[in-house]
Amino acid sequence: METAEILNLLQTKFPQAVKSTSTSFGLDVVEIEKDYLLPVMEFLKGKPQYYAMLLDLTCVDYLGEEPRFEMVYHLFSLSSNRRLRVKARVSEKDLRIASLTPLWKNANWLEREVYDLFGVEFVGHPDMRRIFMYDGFEGHPLRKDYPLRLRQPRIKFRK
Amino acid sequence: MEGRFFTTTLNEILSWGRKFSLFQYPFVTACCGMEYMSAACAHFDLDRFGAGWTRFSPRQADMLLVVGTVTQKLAPVLRTVYDQMTEPKWVVAFGTCAVSGGIYDNYAVVQGIDQIIPVDIYIPGCPPRPETVLDALVKLQEKIKKQEQEWRWKRRKY
Repeated sequence: METAEILNLLQTKFPQAVKSTSTSFGLDVVEIEKDYLLPVMEFLKGKPQYYAMLLDLTCVDYLGEEPRFEMVYHLFSLSSNRRLRVKARVSEKDLRIASLTPLWKNANWLEREVYDLFGVEFVGHPDMRRIFMYDGFEGHPLRKDYPLRLRQPRIKFRK
Repeated sequence: MEGRFFTTTLNEILSWGRKFSLFQYPFVTACCGMEYMSAACAHFDLDRFGAGWTRFSPRQADMLLVVGTVTQKLAPVLRTVYDQMTEPKWVVAFGTCAVSGGIYDNYAVVQGIDQIIPVDIYIPGCPPRPETVLDALVKLQEKIKKQEQEWRWKRRKY
């Protein structure tokens, strides 16, 4: 099954979900509505598309645009050696998006990272805590409006 | 006069013993660890100067080598390790990151470990060459030799 066929199938199956498809440097990109993330991902993971592996999951902050944040998911099909990039926009007013932990275990820490550095909340995540920064850290440092020179008080020492 | 004469001699013999038997605790967090390994192993050999024994418990160590970047999240761990070391103890800031934060001037990294623990000697370099490490070790030994040594019954007055 070619990637174009998969994308056509995706479009017929989820007509409201798929906003656009494109190719970027030889990599197929699908932009979807964030509400349909979980069913679309479930469809892509299942046979015969079989994008079985979640390579990476990250976020981009487009300050000044609306919706402001863009979640980026990289999928890899081990059986057919193909990659796919799935994007979904998240608005600053409603920073929630479905968690992919039911489908992929590695999404757990990746989503914690995005939550820590961008503040996107993942609905259905089993353990929504910061992963890099310490408890008590305020703000999300990879946002474009986080002050570059801002220093926060250090954590208290354990007793 | 007799007592004072005896005290300075004990001080000297203690400093002599201590400077040649530095048990080190390497607190290795980053790429400087490679240079530390190089300096500690056979080619450059810290053991020639009496600092050959690496202790992997801070309770048995005299010299804390902070090798690499220390993040804000790691800061209390480093402080705990320092507090666990028994007196006398010396701290070496190994590499630019430990000295001043280095290129990581951002929200996550401690800008020099001297904000957390007292430091005896700073080794610059990103990473420092093993020769620099050996030079720092010799300088630390000189410092120990000049220091006033503490011992168990020193301050007890009968």
